[in-house]
Amino acid sequence: MKILVCISNVPDTTTKIKFTDNNTRFDSTGVQWVINPWDELALTRALELRDDTSNSVNKVTVGHVGTSAADPTIRKALAIGADDAIRINAEPEDAYQVAAQLAEVIKKEQFDIIFAGIESSDFNGSTVGSMIAEFLDYPSVSAVSGLNIDNDEPVITREIDGGKETVTIPTPCIAVVQKGIAIEPKIASMRGIMQARTKSIKVMEPVDVDIITEVVTFEPPQPKPDCVFIEEDNPGKLVELLQNEAKVI
Amino acid sequence: MSVLVFTENWDGKFKKLSFELVSYSNKVAEMLGTSTTAISIGSVADDELTKLGKFGAKKILKLENEIFKTFDTRAYSSAIAQIAQKEKAEVIVIANNNMGKAIAPRLSVKLKAAVGSGVTKPPLSTEPFVVNKKVYSGNAFAHMELKTGVKIITLAQNSFDLIETSNDATIEEASVDIDKSAVQTKVKDVEKQTGKLLLTDAEIVVAGGRGMKSPDNWTPLIELAETLGGATACSRPVSDEGWRPHEEHTGQTGKIIAPNLYIAIGIS
Repeated sequence: MKILVCISNVPDTTTKIKFTDNNTRFDSTGVQWVINPWDELALTRALELRDDTSNSVNKVTVGHVGTSAADPTIRKALAIGADDAIRINAEPEDAYQVAAQLAEVIKKEQFDIIFAGIESSDFNGSTVGSMIAEFLDYPSVSAVSGLNIDNDEPVITREIDGGKETVTIPTPCIAVVQKGIAIEPKIASMRGIMQARTKSIKVMEPVDVDIITEVVTFEPPQPKPDCVFIEEDNPGKLVELLQNEAKVI
Repeated sequence: MSVLVFTENWDGKFKKLSFELVSYSNKVAEMLGTSTTAISIGSVADDELTKLGKFGAKKILKLENEIFKTFDTRAYSSAIAQIAQKEKAEVIVIANNNMGKAIAPRLSVKLKAAVGSGVTKPPLSTEPFVVNKKVYSGNAFAHMELKTGVKIITLAQNSFDLIETSNDATIEEASVDIDKSAVQTKVKDVEKQTGKLLLTDAEIVVAGGRGMKSPDNWTPLIELAETLGGATACSRPVSDEGWRPHEEHTGQTGKIIAPNLYIAIGIS
């Protein structure tokens, strides 16, 4: 079985978010770019499945829509252990366009399971994975926090309000994954970093897709309001403020 | 033209979230000079459905069918898309929760409708149609134009106040055409805690961080939450360490909550 992990290239999560050009553009000066945290967990689980000989997963490919500026992030995914990569050479404009591009590639290359992180830490759209599923008319499960393979069939744990559900769907399918899918992201070894240099990044040209959303402007983060401190030997004061001023208890 | 809102139910009951969605949709409908139609999928009694009318739904469509007992993303999105077309919906409002995140993208492709996800306010304008959505994991907001005829909004939970109106809603049965063979999700097992207050519904939240030093020190937090009638939450490192279940993880990469009172203990 072949797995595709869709990855997004995002600013490191500790980045101080700033905008330029009259708040119309993200200021990428000095920003470190990383694999979107949810995609990194998806990649980790995909590699665990490949390395587990009790199932038939034998190849993990990463897919990305972006320019060559994202190559270092793709190389990182290869260093972590992905076998090869496909980059669709287009500036990512919105979720619909990114999903449409990835769907085209999946049609050509054929994968059994496609992993996508449930959201990206930059645009927080939570849309690409399930959009791909719809473009391809594949079954999909979202909020996936566990995935095993039993006789070539994915056995999926998905989060529901107040609990979990175990479901199965036939392949080819899309698993939109969230936290819990892997315990912690796999880290690249020195050997992995060396091997990644010779692994293939196949560059494919994009198809024509309409752009249907546009960011008009960004609102930078608001300063936090003042804080009231209460001395530790005066808990009564805290209770009184919560009861009478904030009126929350 | 109408605003269509999908109202999920939990064992036949609605929650504050459902009423929040209807209140929000009605606000959008007012801005567009139209009315709100709610769609409920699954078995919900009419007196429960009527409650949606109190928050501004003018028409309530109910769709009951065995197929929808299992949440299959294709079946649900196909049903909502068909109803959206029949109702000539201009805006579709869905919760930005697990179910909404699974449905909205499929609807977007089916209807070629732009999605604004994690929206926290009514649209900033309707011509052009611009929504305010959180970006950079809550560190900023984007004003995003949705450039298609039909628009989809997923509303961030706990971001819009309930607005009661006196509206006599009509309840109608909806019908859709679903190909049973395309419903391929099979549920093998369900693990659900019943009777427990869900974190996202809690008005009071007691959260613990790594400063609690060990999972053995959680008892006072749990007791405090119980005493106050609230729920417990935790920071990311705590769920990463496995001290608390990851359902309790709130913040940037976890659940978004908006309680009236949030008590953070051992969180820097």
